[in-house]
Amino acid sequence: MSVRRLAKDQPDSFDFSKDTLKKAQWWIAKYPDNRKQSAVIPLLWLVQKQEGWVSEPSLRVIAEMLGMPVIRVLEVATFYTMFQLSPVGRVAFVQLCGTTPCMLRGANDLNSVLKKKIGEPHHLSKDGNFSWEEVECLGACCNAPMAAINDYYYEDLTPQLLTQILDDFAAGKSPKPGSHIGRKSSEPKDAVHTLTDPKLYDGSAAKKIVIPNLPPKETNPKKAPAA
Amino acid sequence: MPIAKVNGVEVEFELGMTVLQVAELAGEEIPRFCYHERLSIAGNCRMCLVEVKPGPPKPQASCALPAAEGQEIFTSTPMVKKAREGVMEFLLINHPLDCPICDQGGECDLQDQSLGYGRDDTRYEENKRAVEEKYMGPLIKTAMTRCIQCTRCVRFITEIAGNSEIGLISRGEDVEITTYLNAAVTSELSANVIDLCPVGALTSRPYAFEARPWELKKTESIDVMDGLGSAIRVDSRGLAVLRVLPRVNDDVNEEWISDKTRYAVDGLQRQRLDKPMARDAAGRLRPVSWGEALDIAAAKIKGAGSKIGVIAGDLQDAESMKAAKDLFGPLGASLDCRQDGSGLGDGPRESWLFNPTINGLDQADAVLIVGSNPRLESPVLNARIRRQWMAGKLTVGVIGQGGDLTYDYEHLGDDAAAVSGLAKSKSEFAKAFKLAQRPLLLIGQGALLDAGSLAALSGLVKAFNLVRDGWNGWAVLHTAASRVGGLDMGFVPAAGGKTAADLVKKGGASVLVLLGADELDLSKSDAFKIYVGTHGDAGAHAADLILPGAAYTEKDGLYVNTEGRVQMGQRAVFPKGVAKEDWAILRALSERLGSALPYDSLDQIRAKLFADHPTFGQIDYAPGSKPSSVDLTKLGDAKVASKGGYANMVTSFHLTNPIARASVTMAECSALASGTKMAAE
Repeated sequence: MSVRRLAKDQPDSFDFSKDTLKKAQWWIAKYPDNRKQSAVIPLLWLVQKQEGWVSEPSLRVIAEMLGMPVIRVLEVATFYTMFQLSPVGRVAFVQLCGTTPCMLRGANDLNSVLKKKIGEPHHLSKDGNFSWEEVECLGACCNAPMAAINDYYYEDLTPQLLTQILDDFAAGKSPKPGSHIGRKSSEPKDAVHTLTDPKLYDGSAAKKIVIPNLPPKETNPKKAPAA
Repeated sequence: MPIAKVNGVEVEFELGMTVLQVAELAGEEIPRFCYHERLSIAGNCRMCLVEVKPGPPKPQASCALPAAEGQEIFTSTPMVKKAREGVMEFLLINHPLDCPICDQGGECDLQDQSLGYGRDDTRYEENKRAVEEKYMGPLIKTAMTRCIQCTRCVRFITEIAGNSEIGLISRGEDVEITTYLNAAVTSELSANVIDLCPVGALTSRPYAFEARPWELKKTESIDVMDGLGSAIRVDSRGLAVLRVLPRVNDDVNEEWISDKTRYAVDGLQRQRLDKPMARDAAGRLRPVSWGEALDIAAAKIKGAGSKIGVIAGDLQDAESMKAAKDLFGPLGASLDCRQDGSGLGDGPRESWLFNPTINGLDQADAVLIVGSNPRLESPVLNARIRRQWMAGKLTVGVIGQGGDLTYDYEHLGDDAAAVSGLAKSKSEFAKAFKLAQRPLLLIGQGALLDAGSLAALSGLVKAFNLVRDGWNGWAVLHTAASRVGGLDMGFVPAAGGKTAADLVKKGGASVLVLLGADELDLSKSDAFKIYVGTHGDAGAHAADLILPGAAYTEKDGLYVNTEGRVQMGQRAVFPKGVAKEDWAILRALSERLGSALPYDSLDQIRAKLFADHPTFGQIDYAPGSKPSSVDLTKLGDAKVASKGGYANMVTSFHLTNPIARASVTMAECSALASGTKMAAE
């Protein structure tokens, strides 16, 4: 992770779209009037959904909307790495997982693919359609290596598959998210070898659990005398 | 009271205290960076680790741990020592080794504590983290690589100053203290973060690379920049005052001072009057000797009969006003210490005091601010109002211009009609004011300019029962440090005398003696003007004769603050050039006039002052709310029509007196505040 800064080139202003504004008001209404600032994270997220990233003018708009100092909004926006502080690819924004399981399963190769096809991380491609960054674990280690593209996880990737997916995006298609080697969510990759014993599922294998250090059970609980 | 053991010694403590406070009660020193008594607890520096039994077998942060009955606290076990060494090592990992070029050197918490609690050797090989430089305005110099992220500055600006302008952005190793997009901090109390910063990340910009603390002579004195009389320490080297720092006085300023108090002192080196000057035939001011100057003054005064006016300025010490009163009073001169035209001065002493006392603000539950912007007139006092408001114990109403006061209030109008109408008002605030146990009527000078307004305010005393048993809610906030002293000794026109405003009119007086009076329009006056003062400001420009006096850092003087507390200022440096202390100038002049004043030393003039006006003898005593039945209901004159909307008397916070106007730093702040200069310019 590097120092998070607002982008150098900023738009002059920011306006909520009608739809986003409605959602924003729904969030704000969830909190008491004097605790409106609780809605700052949902609002930042809505801005990002609308614009693709969080711009400086939008921070001011949010601060005014929630009646909070703009520095507090900036603190939140810079704290959470999920908020993009500079523009991201219009068509596809790739967040490649580079943490250990994915790295062991070939994330470094995917990294080179992205570098070749899109360019340096945190930079827009020349046409502005693509950008990418490496992120920490996205919690889909069973399906390593993987990348999150826009809102969805693309799993069990290989350099060829990732190239194909990016090409599909470039061609205006929307590739199917999920595993790309045909398995369902995170089920075993090949034949199932473990947990096949039916006894596991009919309750007969269960042992009685003894919780340590519990006080001895009173056989005949009496009402305690009033102190 | 519960009892805990600190290193085996039993200590009684109050419920709600933290382990750190209990350890301090026992006399143990606990190192800390982020913890500060007057700020909220953050618990993020981990320097205050101690061992506590019962509890988990690991060191605990004492600043955030509530003390409990029967607790055993250990502050010097091997575990604690090791923990502190570890924390200190972590803090120093990224702290640059630039103490020799750091302005905090010599008064740095990190330096002191690493000496006291750190390891004696280093194990660092990695590169240190670098942080981009930040801008925080003309007062706060930043070196953010030195920051240890204690967040004291963030908490101070947010909680006490009330402008949330400083924040901690990013996370983890990358966190940075900054303002929003490097904007200048606009709070009037902003420079207190420099004192709070335990390292050299935030240092004083005007004082940058000026001196080391051990080179400075420290003089404990009293501030004169506003009516509060904050306790200050004046640090000087040779003839120059290099900086002003706050002293702790829980009754007045706690441990904060305003930016003006702290930074107007560079004005003491500029525009100074250092030799007597007289206007020659061509209309130019020429230097003259003291002998000549006093002869000219004596001749003019003798020829003026009783058509003499004496106006005392806002920074005047009590001694010089006393000398002026003793000298010119018997000649039949008109005396006035109210340059702004305030109508106070008749009536009981309580009518011009901040009777509830500044400490009393902590008990007030409803405050009505009339004709004042306390944020500009007394930022430190305003912080107290804000604290009480933050605690949810205070309702605030404003009659006057209002503005951003750093707390919410109900605006009830801006003139005398709103004041007199309050009793019948159906507003939320009027209800709260009526029900309040401790209602406080904060009166600014803006609401005291005519007798009609004073009468309207006086009417509130009865309507809202402001003076009750053990509480006097009549609170006048003065903007001038000299004012209460002047009123206490009766430095006001005698019956038939002329006020300051009348004296400066054409034909108002034959001789006008200006004791540091610079806030008046002297262009109409045709009097012979004798200016006794320190700076080449409005008064000196118009003067025909200049007698150079001593500024507040250059003389011992008594000042009475807005609550009637008499405080003693001390001399830190000598007056400039051949300038003399003001009372001594008047004493010398009295000799030439053939009516020598009966005192030859400061002790003697003080003895005379205490004898004539006993209130001055009670040093550091604020009378406060006496149960005696003071009648404040009949002040002013209801028949006089009030002059419409109340304007705030202080519009430009940074430029209220000649010292501040001569200050380069204040000029810069003022330009920034008024928007004529952009922040990062």
